[in-house]
Amino acid sequence: MLTGTILYAIINSAILALTAIGFNLTFGISGVANFAYGAFYVMAAYGVWMLIHMAHLPYPLAVLISISLTTLAGALMYRFVIIRIKGQTLSEVIATFGIGLSVLELFRYFGFVGFEYTLPVFVDKSFLIGDAYVDAQRLLIVAFAVVLIIALWLFTHYTHLGLAFRGIAQDERTSLTFGMDPDRIARMAVSFGAGLAAIAATVIVPLGSISPEEGYDVLIKALAVCIIGGLGSSGGVIIASVVIGFAERFTDSYIGSHWTMIVSLAALLLVLVIKPSGIFGKQKELEERI
Amino acid sequence: MKTRKERIDRGIKARSQDIFVLCSWREMLYLAGPRLLPVVVCLALPLVLSVYWQKVLISVAVFALLAISWDILSQSGMISLGQALFFGTGAYCAGIMNHYWGFSPLITLPLAALFGGLISTVLLLPVLRLRGVYFSMVTLIIPLMLVRVIEATKIFGGTEGLSGMDPLPSAGFEVYLIVIVFLAVLFGFRRLMDSDYGLVLKGISDNDRSVINAGINIYWFKAQALFIAASIGAFAGAFMTHVYMFVGMPVFALDYSILPIAAAVVGGPGTLAGAAMGAFILVPLSELLRGIGGLRIVFYGVFLVVCIVALPEGVFHYMERKYHQFERWVEVEK
Repeated sequence: MLTGTILYAIINSAILALTAIGFNLTFGISGVANFAYGAFYVMAAYGVWMLIHMAHLPYPLAVLISISLTTLAGALMYRFVIIRIKGQTLSEVIATFGIGLSVLELFRYFGFVGFEYTLPVFVDKSFLIGDAYVDAQRLLIVAFAVVLIIALWLFTHYTHLGLAFRGIAQDERTSLTFGMDPDRIARMAVSFGAGLAAIAATVIVPLGSISPEEGYDVLIKALAVCIIGGLGSSGGVIIASVVIGFAERFTDSYIGSHWTMIVSLAALLLVLVIKPSGIFGKQKELEERI
Repeated sequence: MKTRKERIDRGIKARSQDIFVLCSWREMLYLAGPRLLPVVVCLALPLVLSVYWQKVLISVAVFALLAISWDILSQSGMISLGQALFFGTGAYCAGIMNHYWGFSPLITLPLAALFGGLISTVLLLPVLRLRGVYFSMVTLIIPLMLVRVIEATKIFGGTEGLSGMDPLPSAGFEVYLIVIVFLAVLFGFRRLMDSDYGLVLKGISDNDRSVINAGINIYWFKAQALFIAASIGAFAGAFMTHVYMFVGMPVFALDYSILPIAAAVVGGPGTLAGAAMGAFILVPLSELLRGIGGLRIVFYGVFLVVCIVALPEGVFHYMERKYHQFERWVEVEK
């Protein structure tokens, strides 16, 4: 029981980290809280499904095309909507939420609901670890999350573009004097965030089926992880996913499934009341409370 | 006869920027018109509408109340993402008083507004010191959590909710009650926000530290603003409990948090009238779109995005500006 719970808690943490990392990247760099994030996630999953079942493309090709299309969609959303209201947080949130709402409900309207909307797993096998059965896809998710986080870290620390990303995030005006274009970087941050949502979708969705509700769930999970970890902090995302992932699994096994959501929300409230900028967030004492 | 164009508001503004010295009935009408229009329309509408649209009017007024409550909070520097908290506590207060103790709706409504406001204020007191987005996130989470707590502990009817509330005396009473409360809240709190008291609240939102410097206890003022806004929301919730004759977990739904904000943003924040106007645009629009089924929410989302991108100041501010730019032809004096 215990090994199984721990194992699934680790998998749960990896899933949370994967879903939150794109939202976190976008927010950390461009300061845009992308509430259409869940819609991008679902859009990518449906994209793969449509490419496989309607255009009869091979699975890997479908995944690649879907991820690039979602990335493009993110860039378009920045170019045509967000750029006009950049800096007005409330308007950004409502506009992106409106876009997400429209996309998700459009899928529902066209009847993309049901158990047949699922993606094939990458490898169809399962292993016995300790006393719990784990299928290969779940292990793959953990490996994938680790690889992606390391790749992202290398990208932001050792490439010109990645350094520009961090420069903009740290101080927009100073980075302007170095010839970085904040609009271009912010556009890329939004589209990379959408791309990461698409990657997360193609890895995680094979575990279940695709549905528009998934979009809202993903958004709330990503928000929770990012708030606990500290908005815009990558180290925080990892710690927060582990905290929530373990808390959820353990309450589910030992207290009852009704309480899982309450525990993660209570954790969220506690963090907000005690250290509003999150576990790893930069301390901004006067900005967060007075 | 030579004529020239003259802005209608110029003469009035030249004589006094703020306290108008009115010289004619025409000028009086120019100022009173926009204020009288909503009053007359709101009072006349229940007489001409069908039963179905009367129900729509009720939900318009309820969302307008929530939007006004949001606007009062945002003018005091607290952006709330959880109007559902106020709505839900009010609804449950009225439900419990009516279901368990058998109070009549006429008693539960004011009591629920009072206690709903108090409970919400007390719940949010510990986070009154939080600023900006951190306060918003707390308000977003609390209603989500209350739903889960009710689900898990099965208090107050759990997932089933409480049903069989007493309805209000009559349908006409119902409509007129909410419309009159809406008008009273709109004009009353507009006046309050223009007074010195409102000035302090606006000061807190502009620069809270300099208000502290002026020797004012901003936490006390923030708590008062919170209580005012929460009471308005709680009244709306209590009223809906008696209209639906049911209270349950849906009262904490995200709709009651998001729609008021959308209304305030579409209508234009900062005047209360803008927020109310937003509700008068969005709620009937969503009813009209009901005919096209599932596409309704899609259009709704697109409409929100277009409004925000094309008219970021809000419909009300746009119309106010245009109204003050009206011109008329006057004779050129020799």
